[in-house]
Amino acid sequence: MTSRLMVEARGVEKSFGHVHVLKGIDLEVKPGEVACLLGPSGSGKSTFLRCINHLEKVSAGRLLVDGELVGYEERRGKLYELTDRKICSKRSEIGMVFQRFNLFPHLTALENVMIGPRTVKRSTRSDLERQAMELLDRVGLAEKAANYPSQLSGGQQQRVAIARALCMQPKLMLFDEPTSALDPELVGEVLNVMKDLAEDGMTMVVVTHEIGFAREVGDTAYFMDGGVIVESGKPMDILVKPQHPRLQDFLSKVL
Amino acid sequence: MNPANETTDPQGSVVSASPPLETVPLRHYGRWLSAAVLAVLVAMLIHTLLSHINRNGVTNDQRFQWSTVGSYLFTSSVMHGALVTIELTAAAMAVGVIFGILLATMRLSTNRQLRYVSWVYLWFFRGTPVYVQLIFWANLAWLYPTLSIGVPFGPSFVTITTNDYVTNLFLVAVVGLALNEAAYMAEIVRAGIIAVDAGQLEAAQALGMRRAQSLRRIVLPQAMRVIVPPTGNETISMLKTTSLVGAALGGGGELYRSIQNIYNLNYLVPPLLITGCLWYLTMTSVLSVGQFYIERYYGRGVDATRSSSSKFSSTLKRSFGRSPHTEVQPLERP
Ligand SMILES: Nc1ncnc2c1ncn2[C@@H]1O[C@H](COP(=O)(O)OP(=O)(O)OP(=O)(O)O)[C@@H](O)[C@H]1O
Ligand SMILES: [Mg+2]
Repeated sequence: MTSRLMVEARGVEKSFGHVHVLKGIDLEVKPGEVACLLGPSGSGKSTFLRCINHLEKVSAGRLLVDGELVGYEERRGKLYELTDRKICSKRSEIGMVFQRFNLFPHLTALENVMIGPRTVKRSTRSDLERQAMELLDRVGLAEKAANYPSQLSGGQQQRVAIARALCMQPKLMLFDEPTSALDPELVGEVLNVMKDLAEDGMTMVVVTHEIGFAREVGDTAYFMDGGVIVESGKPMDILVKPQHPRLQDFLSKVL
Repeated sequence: MNPANETTDPQGSVVSASPPLETVPLRHYGRWLSAAVLAVLVAMLIHTLLSHINRNGVTNDQRFQWSTVGSYLFTSSVMHGALVTIELTAAAMAVGVIFGILLATMRLSTNRQLRYVSWVYLWFFRGTPVYVQLIFWANLAWLYPTLSIGVPFGPSFVTITTNDYVTNLFLVAVVGLALNEAAYMAEIVRAGIIAVDAGQLEAAQALGMRRAQSLRRIVLPQAMRVIVPPTGNETISMLKTTSLVGAALGGGGELYRSIQNIYNLNYLVPPLLITGCLWYLTMTSVLSVGQFYIERYYGRGVDATRSSSSKFSSTLKRSFGRSPHTEVQPLERP
């Protein structure tokens, strides 16, 4: 199974009306790998990430997750759009963590973690509650289970959001700048949780400005600019000795 | 000034070192005057409410005939009228809210046809008087003597005689009030849904929830914070709108109709109107208290950390009491 890719993008394009945001993205993520996406604001990182779980519809190119096309089905040389039901069931296998956490404010931390399986998989409450408590414990927030998001710090909220995504037992996790909305002293606790996750073998695509994290945890790094991937490779190579002037310029600003 | 009590700070300005002076709050002399005027007005009001007059040959009659008010307040016809008013309000609001949610989701649907249907519905029902709509439904049999369910332009499976139903004035009233209410509730619900951050729907979708699931489990519970206050308004407004039913349908037995039936016989119009208003006031007051608790429930997780309004009495105190402080209370699950 090692030959099978978890994420495979071939010439992925995306336009919003006349705005051409993604202009042909090629990318491969093997199971268990951590791919880091870097690039200046507006380069299309979020858009690409959202294409992976079909929050955005790809305009052209092929995007496969775990060997299956995202949002489409190929039959007799044509791509047929999937029904809403099928898209949702594919999405439930992919976890996503947002820059602004997007926890559900009317639910406690525990309920936030449980709501996915509760509604989508209709899991029974008792099993689920134990599993959700384990996940909260894993992100170090077991004692905050009964708190509402408004009573948690940013870092704690983001850790709950990670637990919420993990509770669906995803085979792939997407992170969209998970630490950019956090105060500097709270960034570490979230990155540590992500590092643990990577060590456990979770396949992850991470959009981040944390060069240190990309270097330490990432298996591959992609530098995007203007809707294309300008440079990619081992983080230790491209983030230490960048070849492309735009990446050199970007790194000099970020570091 | 005594120069010995003054020091000069580095900027060179003079700082007084003497003990702090007694402060004298600004005296609002105008308020004393307005309070006096108000007291006189209140005294006049009480006096006139309790005064006596000569009327229709009766000397020294109570001006407002409070005894008449008292004697009718708990008569069975008035109490029954109040009960019907409550039933009408509850039924019309229940149907109106459910139908309104449906119309709102149609209006926000990705399906253009549903959006148009919802828009046309709102355009019609908000654009015509509810009084006229009520009379219209009562006269439905004139247009459609029978109603059928079946294949369009083909055979029908179930046929009903319209007149059998429109003679049930309670049913006509509920239908008329609810269909009209749905149009207003649709806009209230839509405003609530729009007010919820788009990231919430995305997070729900990212978990694999379907649109209907995300709406029901994630978006609507949060939208309720915005939906409940105007819905409380609508309920109170509905309670009073039911008083049109008697006049529009020539019956129906709601509170105002019951009151009217009595004063048509004894001509004691003002005391009976007061009797009715006392009931309307009581019912709307109960609704306001209910609204408070519903708002608190849907504000959980958000409001509780913001304000101290976790008890109805403390909100009253905040509204009418003197303390301007808001103390933060621990969050508890409702
Ligand atoms: N729904 C949309 N409609 C129109 N344009 C959009 C939409 N979403 C994104 N864009 C545009 O696409 C471009 C890429 O946006 P995207 O959010 O993917 O950038 P990003 O690399 O994630 O930037 P950042 O680091 O600021 O998050 C931007 O120019 C943005 O204006
Ligand atoms: Mg982004």
